[in-house]
Amino acid sequence: MASHAFEIRDIGLYRRRRWRNSVFVFACTGATLFGVVWLALIVAELLIQGLPGLSLSVFTERTMMSGGGLGNAIVGSLMMTAAGTVIGTVVGIAAGTWLAEYGRDGKLANVIRFISDILLSAPSIIVGLFIYAVMVQPMGHFSGWAGGVALAIILLPVVVRTTEDQLGLVPQSLREAASALGAHRWLIVTKVCYSGARAGIVTGVLLGCARISGETAPLIFTALNSNQWTTRMNDVMANLPMTLYQNMTINSFIPDLVQLAWTGGLLLTMAILALNIIARFVAR
Amino acid sequence: MSTPEYPSNMPLGADQHRLRALGRNHRLDLAFQGTTFVFAMLVLVTLFAIIASLAVAGYSTFATFGFDFFTLNRWSANQEIFGALPAIYGTLVSSAIAILIAAPISIGIAVFLTEKCPSKLRQPLATTVELLAGVPSIIYGMWGVQVLAPFLQRYFPSVLPAGTGLFTAGLILAIMIIPFITSVTRDVLMTVPKATRESAYGVGATTWEVTRSILLPSVKGGVVGAIILGLGRALGETMAVTFVIGNNLFFAPTLFGQGTSIAALIANQFPEADGAQRSALLALGLVLFLITLLVLTAARLMLRKMDRAHG
Repeated sequence: MASHAFEIRDIGLYRRRRWRNSVFVFACTGATLFGVVWLALIVAELLIQGLPGLSLSVFTERTMMSGGGLGNAIVGSLMMTAAGTVIGTVVGIAAGTWLAEYGRDGKLANVIRFISDILLSAPSIIVGLFIYAVMVQPMGHFSGWAGGVALAIILLPVVVRTTEDQLGLVPQSLREAASALGAHRWLIVTKVCYSGARAGIVTGVLLGCARISGETAPLIFTALNSNQWTTRMNDVMANLPMTLYQNMTINSFIPDLVQLAWTGGLLLTMAILALNIIARFVAR
Repeated sequence: MSTPEYPSNMPLGADQHRLRALGRNHRLDLAFQGTTFVFAMLVLVTLFAIIASLAVAGYSTFATFGFDFFTLNRWSANQEIFGALPAIYGTLVSSAIAILIAAPISIGIAVFLTEKCPSKLRQPLATTVELLAGVPSIIYGMWGVQVLAPFLQRYFPSVLPAGTGLFTAGLILAIMIIPFITSVTRDVLMTVPKATRESAYGVGATTWEVTRSILLPSVKGGVVGAIILGLGRALGETMAVTFVIGNNLFFAPTLFGQGTSIAALIANQFPEADGAQRSALLALGLVLFLITLLVLTAARLMLRKMDRAHG
């Protein structure tokens, strides 16, 4: 009898627990849908608004008040992104190497690691202001180099982090084996460790490159923008993100330029998503 | 260093050759280590250079306004009155709204991905959420001003008559930081040993009970760290916010009204600014950097503690 009464009470409790759990699982599923649906909405909007404007002239013509294309902006963006990627990668790999191979658990290495993590999440607009204060103001003019350096600083912590992580994954026994064969430290790092960490570092660089190619805020204060064909890094430099920004704000009363902004947004987003996906494949 | 010894049967010429090679390699070793050290120090120098350069460039503003810089209720460039209060208020409120929306949703996604998701869907879903982090901020801004704001204006006209404002900015920020909070939360949830959660499921606990009593308590610090990290992102986000926050330069204690944020104010005014205004904007930049520095340091310390506890 007693056990029977217990079971009845138990069923009530069981139902309550099951109900509470269903609500929770339902909420988690809903949260996931909520999190994913935005990507679909944004990509759909880009396709709907951007595709109609897509034509060859978008790539071959420069931006004009009457519309034109995005050729100059694409060239400028590619040049500055390339400069930023090269500078940031060189410095980042070297710094990451020191952290993993020489600094290790030292106090200084921990401080640098911490600061690199802070820079990783620092607002990109601050980096732009910094380069404005140390490069643009002393030089007296905006320039593609300033834009490239600002992008390099944003990329830098990404590369530092992945380089260190990937070098840390190279087994210690490999270094010892190379050392036993008489290889010097620099040779061990450059020949043995780098080849073991290469895929991971390339992934990091690609992800960083994807990140800086969409950055707008730091370019407002460094490269500015231009409607002309620009290949001189020492001048103000046209770029895609700033062109989108200007077309959507100060020029938003010109329908052709708004159309161009959506088409540019589509190109930019697709390029960045493609880079992200490629990076994931390289990592495998 | 003592001279290395070589087998005595080695020819004399080769011995000298080897010695020279040894010396050359030693110098290369030093050069390599030195170079990497210089570049590592560059990371350190960058942070201090950022703070120093903004402090120097903004000094005249701090000297002119003193503490009033933080309490004046408007930013009026043509009168040379620079009060950071509206921008600071807008930054904090829009970020707070973003966190209130993003934190529970991100934790929900992370729990779903680690506990409930069919294994076939797990990778594609995680990748989709992470791709959201890759969409550039300017695209969120364009989408926010052309799609989201008109939508809100149309369906919630009593709350958001203009469609834009602090709440809309908070909503966009939430969408932008969900991927960051989710991926860090997922990482810390995965540090809970499989045996722990399986023994809980084994005695009949439901997913909710496992999450509430086992998972969240054991990774509390990491989840809080992830949320603070998201807050750090939200505070400094520029382009998306610039489009939808409304750019009202007068202080108004509101949640749904128009406002501005530090980053949006700088982005909007910097290109046309010079002299005192430019210095004031750089000073504002320093304020933003110090706020995010504080927040990010807290986040990193919490996440580092997690690393140590589980690593």
